[in-house]
Amino acid sequence: MDKQRETERAADGKSFAWRSDDFQLYGPAAAEADAVFQAPGFWKDAWIRFRRNKGAVFGLICIIVIVVLSLAGPALSDYTYYGQITQQQNLAPRIPILENLGIFDGTYILHTTTGDVVRNGYLEQGFGDVYYWFGSDTLGRDLWTRTWMGARISLYIALVAVLCDMAVGMVYGLLSGYYGGKADLLLQRFAEIVNSIPSLVIVTLLLIVLAPGLQTITLALILTGWVGMSRIARAQMLKLKQQEFVLASRTLGAKPRRIIFREILPNSISQMITNTMFSVPSAIFTEAFLSFVGLGVPAPMCSLGSLISDAYRVFTIYPYQILPPVIVLALLMMSFNLLGDGLRDALDPKMKQL
Amino acid sequence: MHYLLKKFCTLIITLFIVSLLAFCAFQLIGDPTTSMLGTNATPEQVEALRHELGFDRPLLVQYGDWLIHFVQGDMGTSYSYNMPVSEMVGSRIMVTFIMTMMAFIMTVVVSIPLGIFAARREGGVFDRIITAFDQIVMSIPPFFIGILLTCVFGLILHVFQPGSFDAVRGHPVAYITYMIFPALSIAIPRIAMTVKMLRSSILEQMGQDYIRTAYSRGLNRDGVLWGHALRNALIPVVTFVAVSVAEMVAGSIVIEQVFSIPGIGRLLLASISSRDIPVVQAIVVILALWVVVVNFIADVLYQYIDPRIRLN
Repeated sequence: MDKQRETERAADGKSFAWRSDDFQLYGPAAAEADAVFQAPGFWKDAWIRFRRNKGAVFGLICIIVIVVLSLAGPALSDYTYYGQITQQQNLAPRIPILENLGIFDGTYILHTTTGDVVRNGYLEQGFGDVYYWFGSDTLGRDLWTRTWMGARISLYIALVAVLCDMAVGMVYGLLSGYYGGKADLLLQRFAEIVNSIPSLVIVTLLLIVLAPGLQTITLALILTGWVGMSRIARAQMLKLKQQEFVLASRTLGAKPRRIIFREILPNSISQMITNTMFSVPSAIFTEAFLSFVGLGVPAPMCSLGSLISDAYRVFTIYPYQILPPVIVLALLMMSFNLLGDGLRDALDPKMKQL
Repeated sequence: MHYLLKKFCTLIITLFIVSLLAFCAFQLIGDPTTSMLGTNATPEQVEALRHELGFDRPLLVQYGDWLIHFVQGDMGTSYSYNMPVSEMVGSRIMVTFIMTMMAFIMTVVVSIPLGIFAARREGGVFDRIITAFDQIVMSIPPFFIGILLTCVFGLILHVFQPGSFDAVRGHPVAYITYMIFPALSIAIPRIAMTVKMLRSSILEQMGQDYIRTAYSRGLNRDGVLWGHALRNALIPVVTFVAVSVAEMVAGSIVIEQVFSIPGIGRLLLASISSRDIPVVQAIVVILALWVVVVNFIADVLYQYIDPRIRLN
C-alpha cells in the first residue's frame, strides 16, 4: 500500500491524498481497557519462587526419577530381588550398549599379591549374553533390582515420616494449643517426657519385644517422630488463635473443628510443610542405620542400608557393589535436603536469610 | 531456679519411665528358663530355677528389687556369658566414652572457627565451599563416612590397621591413632550441622538493630562480629553442641560396628540378637541416663549463658 502511494506521489509530484483505509474507526472493540492484573495466588507465587531455586528443582526432579525407577526398575530387568543364580556371583556391572564404549563392560580390577589383574567374569565363565546392569552380589542376586527394591523401603519410610508428622504431630499440637489450659498442660508434659526418652531406647526395646522388621521400624518412627512437629503446630496455633479472623469466624458460629482445620491450619501450613520435609532425611537415615547393623528388614528383603552392609563385607575385593546403594541413598538425602530448603524459601520468604 | 527444678523433675520421671519400660520389655519377652535349661527340662526343674531367679514373686516386688540392685551397681547376670553384667558393661563403656569425647573435642575445635569464617564473608569463596561441603556431608550416611575413612586411611595409606583394636590396647599412641578415625566419623556429620547452625545464627544476629548501632559507632564488620554478634550467636550453638554429646552415643553404635571396636554399641547389638535381656536392660538404662543427664546439663548451660531464660 505504501508502495502504491509512493508511486502516486511520484506521478503527481506534489499533491498528497489520504486514502479511505489509512485510518480506522475507534470503536468499543478496539478501546479495550487495561488487562486486569491479578495478583498470583499464594501457591502460584510460591511455585514461581520455588522454580527460581535451581537446587530445589534439581532435588524435586531427582526424587521423581528415584520414585519412578523404584516403582518400574525391578520390572525392567529379568531378575527378581530374591532369586539367586549361584554360578553368576560377583559379576561387575555390564550394560548392553555402553559396553562397546569400554565402560560397564563387566570388567573389574582384581588386586592380587603379584599385581592388579583386569578380569571379566562374564567372558571367563561363558555368560556372553548375560547382563547385570549394576552387577551381581555375593549370592548371585541382581543388584539393579535389589537397589530399587531398597529405594522403595527408603521412600516408604519417607512417607511414614510425613504421615506421622501430619497425622499425629500436627493434630496433637493444634489441639493442645487451641484448647489450652489444663488439657494443654497435660499434653505438653506428656510430649516433654516422650521427647526426653532417647529414641534409641525406644527402638531397642521395640526390637526386643517385637521381631526386627519394617513394622517395628515404622512403629518406632511413629512413637518418636511426632514431638518436634507438635511443638511447631502448637506455637503456630498460639500465635494465630488471637487474631481477628478467628474471632470473626467464631462470632459467625464456627465450631472448633472448623476453626482449627479450616481457618488456622491453612494459615500455618507452609511452616508445617517445611518442617515435615526436614524430618524426612533423619527418618531415612534411622532406617538405613538400623538395616546397616542388621536390625532392619529381614532377608531376602533388602533396604539401602542392608545392601551397603552386605557390600561392605566384600568391599576390598568387589568395591563396585557398594556404589549403587550409596549413590541412590546419598542422592535421595541430598534431594530431600535441597527440596526442604527450597520449600522453606518458597513458602516462607521471610525465613530466607536464616 | 523454678525452671531447673522443673527440668530436674522431668529427668527423674524420664529415668523412672525408662527403667519401667526396660523392665516391662523383659516381662513381655517371657522368662528365659526354657532357653537356659533346654526343652527337655522337667516342670520341677523349671519351677526350681524360676524360684532361684525370683520370677515367682509379684511383679512390683521384682521391679523394686531389680531397681534397687541396679542403683547399687548390681545389674544382674548375662544369660549368654554367665558373668556379671556390670563387669561386661564397665570396660566397654570406657571405650565408647573415650571415642565420644574425642569426637566432641573435634566438633568444637573444628566447627566453631569454620562457622565464624563462613559467616565472616557471606557469599565469599570460603563460605560457598563450606556450604557445599555441608550439603554433601549431610547427604552421606554416617556409616559410609566411616567406610570411606577405613578405606582411605586404613587400606590405602596404612595409617592404622582396620580391625586390630585388641592389638592396640595398652599402647597409648597406637590406641589414639586407631581411635582418631572412628571419632572423626562420628564428628564429621556433627561438624557439618554445627557449622551450618553457627553460620545462620551469626547471620541472623548481624541483621539485628543493635548491630546497626554498633556499625554507626564506627566499628567495621569484624569488630561488630567479634565484639557483639558472636556472643549472642553462640547461645543456641552451645546448647546444640552440648546436646550433641548425647546424640553421638547413638552415632557411635554404628561406627563401632564399622571399625570393629568393642564398645557399648557392639555389646548392645550383640545382646539384642542373642536376646540377652539383662545386658540390654542395663545398656538401655545407662544410655538413657547418659542422654538425660547431658540434656539436663545443656539446659543448665543454656539458662546460665542466656539470662532471658532465667527471667522468664
